[in-house]
Amino acid sequence: MEPLSYGGLPPERLNATFMALADPTRRAILARLAGGEASVMDLAAPFAMSQPAISKHLKVLERAGLVSRGRDAQRRPCRIEAKPLAEATGWLERYRGLWEGNFQRLDAVLVDLKTEPKKVKRAKRRRS
Amino acid sequence: MEVTTPSDCEIVMTRIFDAPRELVFNAFTEPELIRRWLLGPDGWSMPVCEVDLRVDGTYRYLWRNDADGKEFGVRGVFREIARPERIVHVEKFDEPWYPGEAQVTSSFLERDGSTAYTMTIRFESQAARDEALESGMTGGVQASYDRLAGVLGLITA
Repeated sequence: MEPLSYGGLPPERLNATFMALADPTRRAILARLAGGEASVMDLAAPFAMSQPAISKHLKVLERAGLVSRGRDAQRRPCRIEAKPLAEATGWLERYRGLWEGNFQRLDAVLVDLKTEPKKVKRAKRRRS
Repeated sequence: MEVTTPSDCEIVMTRIFDAPRELVFNAFTEPELIRRWLLGPDGWSMPVCEVDLRVDGTYRYLWRNDADGKEFGVRGVFREIARPERIVHVEKFDEPWYPGEAQVTSSFLERDGSTAYTMTIRFESQAARDEALESGMTGGVQASYDRLAGVLGLITA
């Protein structure tokens, strides 16, 4: 196994992002907000859901830092915050790259072993 | 590289290598070979790599960040060794990022000169597995990644 915590984000922050994204309604809300800010009423319209139900989803998104609410007391417009999404994607790409980097180095080692098979030591065998 | 979760407590990772399994097995078990590839990102070295490849034998890996001296280590015990097709060991990280120990089964399946390497990590509980998954250990947390990609796709569209 390989280290995963290399320069990573605090896991609890990533967890919040992934949990928030795990729900299809919340993903749809984010997709809608990607087109511009909207009120809870606007957001509830395309879903067969009450405004309180939508508000619940918004709270999860807000806690994950994916959505922020405006100060306008009447509408409290919601807008998307792109940074946590970008951070989470970047973290995953780095981690995936970590393993793929290891395995590509291993590919190169195996090429060496195939071309120079006599160099492979078998010392370990005696002990097993 | 493929990552799946076939049961509540497991994570499975598969990768194909273009070499006979005897060579792949050696590359996973001989310290002088392990050190040439199991290094992580640029800037990390592996000052400790000790493998006592026998049942109840132990292994110890330690990585160090060359820039700031930060270290990261793991140790474990071999439970089963069937050269060149299968190794079972338990692992424990110096700084745990999932509860308890995990049992890791490595299998090497050869076909037409290539080797399918499969690593099955079995955690003590579903909660431990999920914690590991959420920490991003599968190098993709494929489902989350797909969700993210989908959301980001909509955002940039």
